Amino acid sequence: MSAISQKSAPMARAQRYLVAAICVLVITLMLGPMVLSFFASIKTPAEASASPPNYLPHSLSGENYGKILDYQAGLSTYAGNSFLVAAIAIVLCLVLAVPAGYGLARFRLPFKELIFVLMLAPLMIPYQALLIPIYLNFSKIGLANSHLGLAIVHAVLQLPFSIYLMRNAFEAIPREIEEAALIDGATSFQVLRRIFLPLVMPGVVTVMLFTFINSWNEFLAALIFMNKESSFTVPIMLVSVRTGRLGAVDWGALQAGVIVSVLPCILIYVLLQKYYVSGFLNGAVK
Amino acid sequence: MAAIRNRHLGLIYVAPALLFVSAFVLYPLGQLVWLSLTDTSLLGGGTWVGLENYAEALDDRAFWRALWFTVKYTVVITPILMGLGFALALLTSQNTPLKLFTRATIFLPVVIGLGTSSLLWYWLLDQQVGLFNKILLDLGLVEAMPVWFTKADPALAAVIVSVTWKVVGFGMILFVAAIQSINSEVIEAAIIDGASYWQRVWRIIIPLSMRTLLLATLISAIGSMLAFEQFYIMTGGNPRGQTFTSVYLIYQNSFISFKLGYGAALSIILTAIILVFSALQVFLSNRSASE
Repeated sequence: MSAISQKSAPMARAQRYLVAAICVLVITLMLGPMVLSFFASIKTPAEASASPPNYLPHSLSGENYGKILDYQAGLSTYAGNSFLVAAIAIVLCLVLAVPAGYGLARFRLPFKELIFVLMLAPLMIPYQALLIPIYLNFSKIGLANSHLGLAIVHAVLQLPFSIYLMRNAFEAIPREIEEAALIDGATSFQVLRRIFLPLVMPGVVTVMLFTFINSWNEFLAALIFMNKESSFTVPIMLVSVRTGRLGAVDWGALQAGVIVSVLPCILIYVLLQKYYVSGFLNGAVK
Repeated sequence: MAAIRNRHLGLIYVAPALLFVSAFVLYPLGQLVWLSLTDTSLLGGGTWVGLENYAEALDDRAFWRALWFTVKYTVVITPILMGLGFALALLTSQNTPLKLFTRATIFLPVVIGLGTSSLLWYWLLDQQVGLFNKILLDLGLVEAMPVWFTKADPALAAVIVSVTWKVVGFGMILFVAAIQSINSEVIEAAIIDGASYWQRVWRIIIPLSMRTLLLATLISAIGSMLAFEQFYIMTGGNPRGQTFTSVYLIYQNSFISFKLGYGAALSIILTAIILVFSALQVFLSNRSASE
């Protein structure tokens, strides 16, 4: 397969072992932190805060997870907030990006270059800088400290990538399919809904996937916008766990929180790895 | 006629996204410029002060320190990420049974949140309970559990270790794709000519991956210039404000001290810097896409 590893003579055995050993080392370094975090999360709270620390838990305990479940408004509230924001962001992204991708791929547009530059604007202007005016505007119209407001920001962040992906998905569909339908008297909207939508489904799934993960993980806007404790998303809840009530960090609960927060991402990645990596390459390089 | 109707129909599909971007990116950008010329605070204000905020920034030691620190962070971490990413791409291009699994584990932290990974490392590096420190101690590399966050340089090093763990897979996956897209005949010809592995890497793989390398460097540099979470969580800007990044300083001024006008001016300066990088990135991307 990969031609660069081909040798004129077969790779020496010692060399093969060396490569394998480096691979094992790298795997250990990459998985280690998360495995250690998981171990800490199943220690008893006292053991998790013990100094010096143990690598392995002496006795198993679900107490840290219990604490995270009951933390302030409760994990279900925070995870619910995160899911809600991600769901609204996904809907916004699809409602905007699917038609836009269709329009860009299938129609001759006036000012096409200008439109394309405008579409890329969220990519070029850091949203970190725009949060001040957006925050002021949202305060005026009651969207500050609202999940809809946060979801709008997350949708803005994902829009360029989503539109780009959908445009490519529509462009990949052969013209003949559409022409046949139009001759049969279908309107362009019917063509979009009945014929194109099923064909661009992989693109739609990729958009959903990325919008979910990026919204679930987004930190700064959530930190600024969500100033009511009960409307926190998961990352902001974790920071408040870290801060602790009396200045002392509850290390066990914090690691339980870390595990809970990475779980959906890892699950999605393991299940949809190919989708994720190819979408990632499309977004970054092209 | 049909063509003209077509044009307008296309606009209808594109219009919602355009309106959205106008409302939540372009209009706020205009407002940001205006805000930066006023003394707006969270409580009100909004009197025109001209370029006063910019003058204040140029005079503000905290601004220069944050900008310098952000540049330093970017200049140190970018080559580390690119170098390691490329090395890992070469490693996982070797034909071993472990290759795909290694690749998957290296990429795994890319999908988790930067905030979450910063909290994970904040724990791993804690002086009392940090297991990373315990490992260093048990390996005999240090004599006592090290303290990372009370001095600026160790704090920077600690953040770099954690961020490298989190994002090194990003570069790797791009470089793997670049290596795979190299025509295998070129490499086979080099092998027949007796080129060694490292000669092939230097003379063929690196030159032919140059565009991807440049692009990844730009994307990575933009990300580092906008660093926030890793410092907010791990150092809190400490010690003595020495680890404030530009975004952190903007956050601090705007949403902690409520100096929105000043924060806006800092944001405009940062945006101008990022815009140069972004324009280069879009230019490069368009070129590689059209080929």
